[in-house]
Amino acid sequence: MSQLYAWSAVASIVFSSTAGDVLLSRGMKQVGDVAVLRRQAGLATVVARVLRNPNFVLGVSAMAVAFYAMLFGLSWADVSLVIPASTSLTFVTNAIAAKFFLHERVDQRRWLAALLVAGGVVLLAL
Amino acid sequence: MTFRRYLVLAGVSVFAVIGDSLVSRGMRQAGGISLHSLPSIVLTVFRPEVALGVFFLLAFFACYTSALSWADLTYVLPATSVSFILLTLVAKFILHENVSLARWLGVLLISIGVGVVTQGPALTHPAKAPKAECLGAPASARLEP
Repeated sequence: MSQLYAWSAVASIVFSSTAGDVLLSRGMKQVGDVAVLRRQAGLATVVARVLRNPNFVLGVSAMAVAFYAMLFGLSWADVSLVIPASTSLTFVTNAIAAKFFLHERVDQRRWLAALLVAGGVVLLAL
Repeated sequence: MTFRRYLVLAGVSVFAVIGDSLVSRGMRQAGGISLHSLPSIVLTVFRPEVALGVFFLLAFFACYTSALSWADLTYVLPATSVSFILLTLVAKFILHENVSLARWLGVLLISIGVGVVTQGPALTHPAKAPKAECLGAPASARLEP
């Protein structure tokens, strides 16, 4: 039963943090390069434009869900399972989601990097 | 990639490490949290270490959103996984923890991953990258900066 709890926590964290990253990335691409924007229009304009972006707001909400899912997961299950499993899987799901939802060109280089980091994160937990 | 942009990526990694460490220490002191005590989750945010950790996580978030405004998600995430390397170095040289061979191997894999991704272009988004949408071409041929 505790295994089921642990893995459902992992699944919730992975899903919500992937959704959060993708939405945030989409929102920030709509806002545009913040350094350029700040030079042209000032910091207040940048902040206002970011905070008014619906994708940004949705992304932050999804990340808040991921954060609380993590807190719950940590109180139910072992840190050494929940954190590495969710962190590592998130690198892979983000690469898939970025390809399909953000239309990033996830080539061999990006895949290799995502898989190396995902594998490295698992090793760190051993 | 300018020096300034590398600084932003470094900010993502460093602030994440400091923020996570502080929140983790604070949460461990707070003890277990269950579904039956929902308000206690909200209250943990007011513990000093958790609060300071959250401050650093906000700095992390500012750098992270800034990076996402000029780089792909699949670039930013592997590139900022430098934080895992930093965490291990902090564990070994500041906290004097015993770092196993497997963990060093993990650090090595992540380092290679960071190296691999940062050799490539930061942005491949179709809207801004040069037109190269030939679907028939092999993935490697489409990816050159």
